[in-house]
Amino acid sequence: MTRILPAFTLVALFGPVAAGLVGTLLPAAGYLPAAGFHEPSAVAVARLAAWPGLIPASALSLGTGVLATSASLVIVVLIVAGWSGTRAFRWIERALSPLLSVPHAAAAFGIAFLIAPSGWIMRLAATPLGVTRPPDLLILGDPWGLAMTAGLVAKEVPFLLLMTLAALQQARPGEAAAIARSLGYGRVTGWLKTVFPLVYRQIRLPVYVVLAYSMSVVDVAMILGPSTPPTLSVQIVEWMGDPDLEMRLVAAAGALLQLLLVLGALVLWRAGEKLVARYGRRWAAGGARHPGDGPVRALGLGLTVLSAGAVLAGLAALAIWSVAGFWSFPDLLPESLTGRTWARHSGDLAEAAVDTMAIALIAALIALILTIGCLESEARRGTRLTPTGLWLLYLPLLLPQTAFLPGLQTLLLSAGADTGHAPVIAAHLVFVLPYVFFSLGDPWRAWDPRHGLAAAALGASPARVMLAVRLPMLLRPILTAAAVGVAVSVGQYLPTLLIGGGRVATLTTEAVALASGGDRRAIGAFALAQTGAALLPFALAIALPAMLWRNRAGLHV
Amino acid sequence: MKFPALLAAALFLPIAVSAAPDPDDWDQVLKEAHGQTVYWHAWGGSTSTNDFIQWLAERVEDRHGVVLEHVKLTDTADAVTRVLSERQAGADEDGAVDLIWINGANFAAMKEQDLLFGPWAESLPHRAKVVEDGVIDTDFGTPVEGFESPWAKAQLVFMHDSADAAPFAAMEDLPGWAAANPGRFTYPQPPDFLGTTFLKQALVSLVDDPERLQTPVDEKDFATVTEPLWSWLDALHPYMWRGGAAFPASGPAQFQLLTDDEIDIAPSLSPGEASTAIANFQLPDTIRTFVPEDGTIGNVSFVAIPYNSGSKAAAMVVANELLDPEVQLRAQDPAILGYGTVLDMDKLDPGDSGAFAALDQGIATLPPAELGEALAEPHASWTKAIEAEWIERYGAR
Repeated sequence: MTRILPAFTLVALFGPVAAGLVGTLLPAAGYLPAAGFHEPSAVAVARLAAWPGLIPASALSLGTGVLATSASLVIVVLIVAGWSGTRAFRWIERALSPLLSVPHAAAAFGIAFLIAPSGWIMRLAATPLGVTRPPDLLILGDPWGLAMTAGLVAKEVPFLLLMTLAALQQARPGEAAAIARSLGYGRVTGWLKTVFPLVYRQIRLPVYVVLAYSMSVVDVAMILGPSTPPTLSVQIVEWMGDPDLEMRLVAAAGALLQLLLVLGALVLWRAGEKLVARYGRRWAAGGARHPGDGPVRALGLGLTVLSAGAVLAGLAALAIWSVAGFWSFPDLLPESLTGRTWARHSGDLAEAAVDTMAIALIAALIALILTIGCLESEARRGTRLTPTGLWLLYLPLLLPQTAFLPGLQTLLLSAGADTGHAPVIAAHLVFVLPYVFFSLGDPWRAWDPRHGLAAAALGASPARVMLAVRLPMLLRPILTAAAVGVAVSVGQYLPTLLIGGGRVATLTTEAVALASGGDRRAIGAFALAQTGAALLPFALAIALPAMLWRNRAGLHV
Repeated sequence: MKFPALLAAALFLPIAVSAAPDPDDWDQVLKEAHGQTVYWHAWGGSTSTNDFIQWLAERVEDRHGVVLEHVKLTDTADAVTRVLSERQAGADEDGAVDLIWINGANFAAMKEQDLLFGPWAESLPHRAKVVEDGVIDTDFGTPVEGFESPWAKAQLVFMHDSADAAPFAAMEDLPGWAAANPGRFTYPQPPDFLGTTFLKQALVSLVDDPERLQTPVDEKDFATVTEPLWSWLDALHPYMWRGGAAFPASGPAQFQLLTDDEIDIAPSLSPGEASTAIANFQLPDTIRTFVPEDGTIGNVSFVAIPYNSGSKAAAMVVANELLDPEVQLRAQDPAILGYGTVLDMDKLDPGDSGAFAALDQGIATLPPAELGEALAEPHASWTKAIEAEWIERYGAR
């Protein structure tokens, strides 16, 4: 078992990715027998180049991705540098953790309800200003993608913050920061000069994930991004849906371009890191004690509260719309409340919820089995995850989804394989598995092996040690990892849409499909249900161990 | 290693091939349909349509034991792609699509490529009650010939907020109206169905010779024929909502804009849609509809069955149920759906036609006389060409 499971893990991670890349490369090179293209040619590339939106769409993808990543990173660094160890920081940490599992689409819908010219913020300002009509402003879907960038930042700040906190535990910044402070450095300056270089090394891969994700995201771009033209990834998905099969060639060429863009941006980012490192060293050696520490701390706190507040207020707006009767501008609240929207959609919601949870639970369970198999094999052989192994785990997250999922769909169709739940679960697993691994890896390795030794000395076999001692003791982290897996799966839009072929409807695909209809009540209900599906498992992961082990007070792992 | 190979072979073995049902033997069709599942690929962007299909699903399950699943599309072309790719992959049995809500270019493409089962539509028991009309027999210039069955009639109208704005008189007056009311008009972004229909509406009204549009598009004179449309749009766009830099994604998305008082006039695909939306709190009750004096184009919604559906009998049962007077009455009720019926009142039982006559059409729905006779849609081949040119000019700047 301990030999087979790591091999299965590699297949589960890279099988779909490799197949998808092949399914992208061949049509991009003009080879797609299903559409009557039997000879390699430059037709796909030529038709992509002829699309008038090519330059703006590519620039949009690059610009929003780099801006969203930089902004998220700066906010996280400022809040950690300025506030870690304080009471305000603990409060922020507690508020941001659940936000991590709020699906991107739900957060984007909520933010759209806030910032639209007819949204809550404008309504707040309208009555005092005497405005009765929403201003004709291009806020949602602005051509520079700023609304979309804001939506991405609000979701990536919690992710990078939790990654940074995990890195901090390993970097042991206490001493360095204490020495810096005793030398008279301000809190932020001292942290940036002594701790940041250690921490950044640890969070580099998550930052790359944020960059690759932000550049190629589809659901957030459809909700908050522009449409004339849309981002490259959204356009690729539109080409995939064209009745003219030839357009799949163009989609494949676009997917390849998206891949190159992301790789280019990663190289660019790496160059930026070197540049920052060079100037940073000079700055650190310069000896300035606190340049602008106070305002920077305030800024960090303000931006963090703003980004968390946007998601929370957005969720509140979704909730109110889902029970709103008639509600016109500039009223702050609806004229009446009604359960009609929920009643109308209860059938659809229940069906989608069942599909959503079935896919998420199966994907999370498989991910958990594979992860435990890998970790146990690691423990028995006394090896640790190598840097190469870490990179392998991150690789599927660093490749844009739009680069290999369209190819995977074309390939599945060409092979005559039926679409449905099984391929969707396999596609979800590619993204669920790494996060389950990251979540369970540290607590698994931190388990005291002397428990196992004691059990073995009493005659227990290795399998029994694992089943009777290790797994029960690690129940809480295992359930948390499962909850992480479920949340990741619930949030997946593109794998469900493309690989499910329309037969698999989850809360996420239903909510995003409603986006084009603009029915805020229905969107509110579906986005809220989607958020619930992602959050509920976390509540269970906290409650279950407490209930099961209430007679074992000492069992805190 | 043999086991997985065997397993794979077993999984991919075709299920026993069944002969297609004979539409003329309706008892046999009903028998075969019992227990089958129909995946109806239908546009899912409108909550009232989704509710209606849900209601229909319960009805066909109760009456005929047919399970109806609504696969919600954002674009009907997705379903066409699906069937096309299945055929290219050799998946000729039990494809993913059993029934498609279809018309126009998608129907033309599927019929031309032999992707449809049929003819069957004229054998349906309820067919005898359907109105005899050019738009039922010819779908955007393509003869229907029993390969699709009608279920709703639509005609383009314009919604306006009577509290804020007066209608414009003719299509050529719209840029002038917009200049006087900047930011108060918009239409859905083509290739959205309604957005493209709006473009065709403008084209039909603006060209010198509308007859030319009834024949297939030709590269040679496309530019000359459509020139009036583009100069008209160039004049209109700067005065539109968001200066023409952004468009609503679909027809229903305009409801929110009207409710929030962001716009005053927007096109609508069916005469009863606005009344339905008012009943659902999606529009203020000051919305009314109007038709410009030169008339508007109309079309019919059909359902078609792909050649590789595994549930053809059940799909026909659903198509027939859609023509049941009770179902048509519900579809026409503006409180439910507000779609125009395809039934001929003279062919119905007095009880049924009485129920239609008694139906409250809703506050914003025009009476048939004011609606006027629908203008013919341009030949289906124009659609794609106009969409491509629009995207080139305005969709990717």
